[in-house]
Amino acid sequence: MNKTYLNEFHSAHNGNLVDFSGWEMPINYGSQINEHNEVRTNVGVFDVSHMAVFDFLGGNQVEFLRKLLPNDVNKILNAKRALYSPLLNENGRILDDLIVYHIGNNNFRIISNCATRQQNKLWFNENAKQFGVEVNFQENASIIAIQGPNSAKILSSLYSIDLKNFHIYQDDEVMIARTGYTGEIGFEIISNQEKGLELWNHFISKDVRPIGLAARDTLRLEAGLNLYGSDMSIDNHPYESNLGWTIDNTDTNRAYIGKESIANESNTKKLIGFYTEERGVLRAGSKVYFPGGEGVVTSGTWSPTFKKNIGFCRVDANYPAQGNALLRDKEINLHFCETNFLKHLK
Amino acid sequence: MAKVPSNLKFLDSHEWARVEDDGTVTVGISDHAQELLGDIVFVELPEIGKEISQSSDIAIVESVKAASDVYSPLSGEVTEINEALNDNPEIINSSPYEDGWFFKIKPQDISEMEKLLDAAAYESSSEG
Repeated sequence: MNKTYLNEFHSAHNGNLVDFSGWEMPINYGSQINEHNEVRTNVGVFDVSHMAVFDFLGGNQVEFLRKLLPNDVNKILNAKRALYSPLLNENGRILDDLIVYHIGNNNFRIISNCATRQQNKLWFNENAKQFGVEVNFQENASIIAIQGPNSAKILSSLYSIDLKNFHIYQDDEVMIARTGYTGEIGFEIISNQEKGLELWNHFISKDVRPIGLAARDTLRLEAGLNLYGSDMSIDNHPYESNLGWTIDNTDTNRAYIGKESIANESNTKKLIGFYTEERGVLRAGSKVYFPGGEGVVTSGTWSPTFKKNIGFCRVDANYPAQGNALLRDKEINLHFCETNFLKHLK
Repeated sequence: MAKVPSNLKFLDSHEWARVEDDGTVTVGISDHAQELLGDIVFVELPEIGKEISQSSDIAIVESVKAASDVYSPLSGEVTEINEALNDNPEIINSSPYEDGWFFKIKPQDISEMEKLLDAAAYESSSEG
């Protein structure tokens, strides 16, 4: 099993370690609900070094990425910034989702999911060649996410920087992006492991609590953020995955991978949120019903912030405000809404 | 390391049973079970008066992670349920053997206790 360089820390601090796509990662450090609430109300730190970091060298990286991704890196050429995009195959189906970082002078970095690293390595290499771009997979990178309303205050004990959302700071040792997967203000810090350990220990010394991957999942669900492999996969196109906003056709001459296929999509389905006041958690794979249609739950959990059962489901595009589902053979009522529960339920 | 009190008997599906002075038997889930489930958010308890047989499913415990059936260690009639769990199911995480009990039963045949695992046997079965 693969381990991040913080594995010993996790073991020594009550981390419950589980197999996460071949990586031994902390699912929680005792209570995922307490960890979730800590990030919503204060600040927490996550080891996400299992994710894949790709740096690109030389060549025409701008045109490479404008072909590779449906979102257009032209948007971030004017500054050191980050951009979210799905990664599509020729059929317009989703291979992964990722963040691409413009680190200056038309040089870029991509961070993508853990389970898809081999696929992406091959895919990037295959497509980079014609643009003279070298793909440099960072085997030993550290990725630490510090997230929560007090994350900026904690970070300011080390860096006096004021980053806007999706902007980047960079020096010889670190790249800090104001990005995250929690719906809170937060930062993701990429460095080598030595610097990563120094940063991690500094945050812990400031009483920032380590947060496991279970809380990361409930935090992202409340924030309406998709999880690749659950809410979208190689079977889905972006429109039925709530990602129409990432398809940038501003430059009508740009020919990105999958463009023609998704242009012909009839766009009949949609990923939406549901919640219910009833007891019990409606989990992935459950069916939902409403007058004139039905859908399938892609992610479901108990929300620590709203103290109710929430989730995402993929339904026919026209859906009413309410529906129902069977939970342990009992019919329950559901409310449908946009996927961002932090906005919708506050 | 999960605690396994020596005065309790267990099913290998992680329920415990304790014989009380009045002859009733209190039932709950083990420390090991609550650790496996993680933060518990719901329970569905049986109705008082319900007749149950040994090893049949009688309640449901659900954590953020998963829902799980709870089986009765003995045959008998449910005489009391722990209502506090409906509003504060997290008691099961913090006190699985005391405040986090699920229900009490009036046993039909107390000799069924002999079919249950003692603490040492449960401990070795739950480690495997």
